[in-house]
Amino acid sequence: MTLTSTQTIIIICTVTIGTIITRFLPFILFKGSKSNNSYIKYLGQVLPYATIGLLVVYCLRNVNLKSPTYGLPEAIAIFCIVVLHYWKENVLLSIAAGTVVYMILIQFVFV
Amino acid sequence: MKEKAKALKAAFPYTIPVFTGFTFLGIAYGILMSSKGYGVGWTNLMSLMVFAGSAQYVAISFLTSVFNPINAFLMTLMINARHLFYGISMLDKYKDAGKLKPYLIFGLCDETFSIVCSTAPPKDIDKNWFYFFITLLNHAYWVLGSLLGAWAGSKISFNTTGLDFVLTALFVVIFIGQWKNKENRKPAIIGIMCSIICLIIFGQDSFIIPSMAAILIVLTIWRKGYSGKKNLTKEGIQ
Repeated sequence: MTLTSTQTIIIICTVTIGTIITRFLPFILFKGSKSNNSYIKYLGQVLPYATIGLLVVYCLRNVNLKSPTYGLPEAIAIFCIVVLHYWKENVLLSIAAGTVVYMILIQFVFV
Repeated sequence: MKEKAKALKAAFPYTIPVFTGFTFLGIAYGILMSSKGYGVGWTNLMSLMVFAGSAQYVAISFLTSVFNPINAFLMTLMINARHLFYGISMLDKYKDAGKLKPYLIFGLCDETFSIVCSTAPPKDIDKNWFYFFITLLNHAYWVLGSLLGAWAGSKISFNTTGLDFVLTALFVVIFIGQWKNKENRKPAIIGIMCSIICLIIFGQDSFIIPSMAAILIVLTIWRKGYSGKKNLTKEGIQ
């Protein structure tokens, strides 16, 4: 542990409050009639898909294409996930295999 | 009581995929926490209170660097900003949930959202209790999985380098799942493109908020062209 116990508790509470705000805000903002607004409904339909795209990019933000390992471990692992997921359609298998492939690559291959 | 038991029974099968997923992700989380010196108690507290996988994974970095709660707060808001979008999608479904509503909203994680938004509760089941048990079961899986991981992490030791890729893998799998439905592809591409462009312009530490703004703008512009074709109502944009 790098932080003291008090600091750790403060961080946990901070993350909790931040999460709660993001979950409750729409219900507070759009109380009542506004939930029928067609623009909000449209956003509700398309935003979840766009957001997952953002999160994929977020996870890969530290990949450096110009210096070793040139993003190769990530690219190979994601390729495995895509192939496996189209083939078996098993969420857990795809996640587990992709993670194991990545761990092997960065621990033993691209050292 | 009988009504609740029926709702629990109806909800359980829908949560089985989450059971496996959360057990796995929870174990990975517990092991990561324990590799940084945080034992069962801390991991349990975190999973119980936060109940947001990606924020908790990122929070490990707040716990292992200089104490900076403001940064932790802002990062959490950014990472979890997608919940705003989930909430907007759930306004209708959770409208009449009464006393269960606060917990339903508290527990609206990615997986709970994906079940609730894609599942219609069986006809003879109280829908609010049905949603409640889906949320509660998922919450329980997450807490138990991370407990198991924290415990296992304290017993066995192995090189965990790269284990955090589990989060990337999770999002990639969700992305592929959505990609299979053609209607979802345009918003997915908009999400990826806006994020990559903003990543290049603003850099890895501050591209999330610009990306969200860009996504909102592009989706809004796209809707105008889209609504003409599909003849949607025009009242929307304020």
